[in-house]
Amino acid sequence: MPDPTRAPGGSTATRIGAMVLRHAYLLRTSWPRIFEMMYWPTIQMVLWGFFTVFLATKSSYIAQATGILISAVLLWDVLFRGQLGFSLSFLEEIWSRNLGNLSVSPLKPAELMAALMTMSVIRTLIGVLPAAGLAIVFYEVSVFELGLPLLAFFTNLLVMGWAIGMLVCALILRVGLGAESVAWLAIFLIAPVSAIYYPVSVLPDWLQAVAWALPTAAVFEGMRAILIDGAVRGDLLLRAALLNLFYLTIAAATFLYSFQVARRRGLLLQIGE
Amino acid sequence: MLSPVIEVAGLTKTFNGVTAVAGIDFTVSAGETVALLGANGAGKTTTLSMLLGLLLPSAGSVRVLGEDMIRHRYRVLGRLNFSSPYVDLPRRLTVWQNLMFFARLYGVPGARRRVLELAEQLDIADLLKQRSGNLSAGQKTRVSLAKALINAPELLLLDEPTASLDPDTGDWVRGYLEDYQRRSGAAILLASHNMAEVERLCDQVLMMSRGRIVDRGSPAALLERYGQDSLEGVFLDIARERQGPDAPERAAE
Repeated sequence: MPDPTRAPGGSTATRIGAMVLRHAYLLRTSWPRIFEMMYWPTIQMVLWGFFTVFLATKSSYIAQATGILISAVLLWDVLFRGQLGFSLSFLEEIWSRNLGNLSVSPLKPAELMAALMTMSVIRTLIGVLPAAGLAIVFYEVSVFELGLPLLAFFTNLLVMGWAIGMLVCALILRVGLGAESVAWLAIFLIAPVSAIYYPVSVLPDWLQAVAWALPTAAVFEGMRAILIDGAVRGDLLLRAALLNLFYLTIAAATFLYSFQVARRRGLLLQIGE
Repeated sequence: MLSPVIEVAGLTKTFNGVTAVAGIDFTVSAGETVALLGANGAGKTTTLSMLLGLLLPSAGSVRVLGEDMIRHRYRVLGRLNFSSPYVDLPRRLTVWQNLMFFARLYGVPGARRRVLELAEQLDIADLLKQRSGNLSAGQKTRVSLAKALINAPELLLLDEPTASLDPDTGDWVRGYLEDYQRRSGAAILLASHNMAEVERLCDQVLMMSRGRIVDRGSPAALLERYGQDSLEGVFLDIARERQGPDAPERAAE
């Protein structure tokens, strides 16, 4: 007689939901994790907020769009928190030596990836929303005034964060926890060419080519176009979306391939050790 | 004849030219308990890892519950489970949270009911609110066993299920496994160093040495073949390459 408790493995949605539940349990019981998520975006926003107040009296560039630096800081944090949200959620599985349990469960690598992306959205919102709220209260700057394009910026930066997060995780799967610090450092490699606080045009010609190959430069140029000229640049958004599609495809393939290599080399049970 | 739950043929794994498992063959049927017994480095854990699809074989085939584990492991992973003292449950989560998480991950219908049922059966109901990281070795083993049974698996793979347990807790775990198998008809494959455990639980023993199955049979048959009165004697004979009178012929079968 079939055992009614025997489960065939559930559906993709229930497995992704289970992973999100597992990380929600972790966050619920760990206030230092929540604090860490909110800490840097808030501190950054406060620092750049006062800097903006100071510069607004000295610079016509800042004076014409006082929210430009604060918006840039908040959007940069979307990218940073998005990448960290993906990488750290994966690292939590390695730190807790749970990757072995997950690897023998019906959870597929692509579902793990989807769960990590979901956690990245949750972690990013926890980190950035309080900072965005404080910017309104302290400096009367609302990033939400960017309107509907804000959603496109947010999505593009998050997707770029996932792509970098996937590459970081692939590296950790390949070489082990020795590469853990890359999770914190990787994003800063692209910061100088992402045109966060200055336009792409200030970069040397050869670096401009590099910048335009990144979705981040298109997003921040698009943000400035709205705040300074009041123009929504659909061409920049499309460019960012296409570049993201390209990078996300490569990163996802690398992440999945690294799982396959880990299986071949027998690393999935050992990686937390 | 009972249908095979595990069918292994010519299974081989080499790491950088070193052979860890060398062309082994065996089957495990439903309702059967089989032990992989051998010294450290004999290839037991490598074999278990290949059975779970955690490690890709260099050659050979593994079929579990009728599916090719190299190509279609996700079709059957929901019907089996695994426990090892070397794989932790997330330490910051409570026992309840861990078991609810795995119940949902395996798509167990009535997850809460199942967790409570296992908590009662495994005598961990009073631990449900405790963090998994704060449990003693014996408590951890019982909670890991609850996780391994959460989906009522048709195949249970256990790596040293009673390692580092006191004799009383070890005996309790063995009794529970016997009871579970009687009730469910599941197949159990375990890798162990504990000879008493193997003698008590197993219908068949696969003796491994240097990546090969050097002998196999029921505990009683092995004792008789090697002229020993305990599996420990058989184990030592094989580890030290002293073979019983019938052993060479048996190993070649």
